[in-house]
Amino acid sequence: MAVETAPATTTGTRRMKVHVTVNGQAHEVEVETRTLLVHFLRENLGMTGTHIGCDTTNCGACTVLLNGRPVKSCTVFAVQADGMSVATVEGLEKDGKLDPVQEGFHEEHGLQCGFCTPGMMITAAALLAANPDPSELQIRQAISGNLCRCTGYVNIVKSIQYAARKTRETAGGKAPDGG
Amino acid sequence: MIPASFDYAVARDVGHAIQLLGTSGGEGKVLAGGQSLIPLMKFRLAQPALLIDINRVAGLSAIKENGDLRIGALVRENDLEANPIVRQRYPILVETAAVIADPLVRNLATIGGNLAHADPANDHPATMLAVRASVVAQGPKGERMIPIDELFVDTFTTSLAPDEILTQIRIPKPAPRSGGTYLKLERKVGDFAIAGVAVMIVLDASGKVASAGIGLTNAGPTAIRAGRAEDVLTDQMPDDKTIAEAASRAAAAAEPVSDLRGPAAYKKDVFRVLTRRAIVKAIARAKGGA
Repeated sequence: MAVETAPATTTGTRRMKVHVTVNGQAHEVEVETRTLLVHFLRENLGMTGTHIGCDTTNCGACTVLLNGRPVKSCTVFAVQADGMSVATVEGLEKDGKLDPVQEGFHEEHGLQCGFCTPGMMITAAALLAANPDPSELQIRQAISGNLCRCTGYVNIVKSIQYAARKTRETAGGKAPDGG
Repeated sequence: MIPASFDYAVARDVGHAIQLLGTSGGEGKVLAGGQSLIPLMKFRLAQPALLIDINRVAGLSAIKENGDLRIGALVRENDLEANPIVRQRYPILVETAAVIADPLVRNLATIGGNLAHADPANDHPATMLAVRASVVAQGPKGERMIPIDELFVDTFTTSLAPDEILTQIRIPKPAPRSGGTYLKLERKVGDFAIAGVAVMIVLDASGKVASAGIGLTNAGPTAIRAGRAEDVLTDQMPDDKTIAEAASRAAAAAEPVSDLRGPAAYKKDVFRVLTRRAIVKAIARAKGGA
């Protein structure tokens, strides 16, 4: 199908080619304008690490970084991300080595069913990128938009504290910026 | 959930957005943070024919103090909360932004959207009533100022014309001996308020209340001003009895509905308690306390 580019005036377009860099890799995909970013990631790109939980902007399972900031990808249209960078859970591991956040969730048993975990870890990675030494309160505030129905959060907080320690100890440890 | 199909256009500037709104015959919606609009579209409670994305419009994201405080409509809640000028001089705005939805939503949600959406459960409207803000509306004929008391018409309905866009919020410079706060009771992070109360107090040199602004969240079809509570305080020494009387008047003005957040009688009492606490805190700040 021919690509309609956004016209200069009057009304808009129902399909659009979007250019999005996901975990450092550039993608160009034509989508319906109503395609949500989470569906774009899961269905157009086949990256199913980002989960759809509540689908109502509550649970945060779908959290990704959009230009470095954690957002709920069920509440962003893919066309809004045109020209931007996205970071997902698939980008945390680098060269076969787990990110300190992933290592923390493993070591501190920061998950039970695992459904919220991709969003939790992405939010944690963004927190640590901005604040390498967060207090427990700051961690709890940062993940307050990510719901876990299994753990009671105690081990999630410990996991993020583990990652913070590990990141501070490891030179060059940084959260992914997607670009 | 998948929204209904829509045409999508990226506005280059405010003029372009206004033009697009005008040509949409009332079927266009402005997409800012999208944190209220997109959920409504997913439930198909909103099915705009045209979505006009203003996120790439330059000049709507600035915060500057220029006599008054001018906040671009596209300022994200997290950026408002983190702004040094706002943190230093407008704690009521910091407190309001910090309790909206959750931190992920606040990375996208905008102050302009929080007002233009006109949900009585939104938090900025009550605060803007308390500080007596104005908003700038831009339309085909240019700019006009709308005092905040004239903005909210009904639930999800403002006095903005169909081809006008809310572009800026203007907040009067804090007077000497002034203080404000926003208190919200919520069941959990991300929920709407059981009750929310914004209070702005200015004291005169003798310690009497020179002016009071009190706005209530989730107390009726729109955010409301508790005018009689303000009157009780004005020109009075704010002793315990006067503050208690003002709090009772605010509760009397509130018309909450019974829902899963509690029965209406309970909520009315929460308005009383929060109003009393907020007045006390605002006065402490007006006297130079934190």
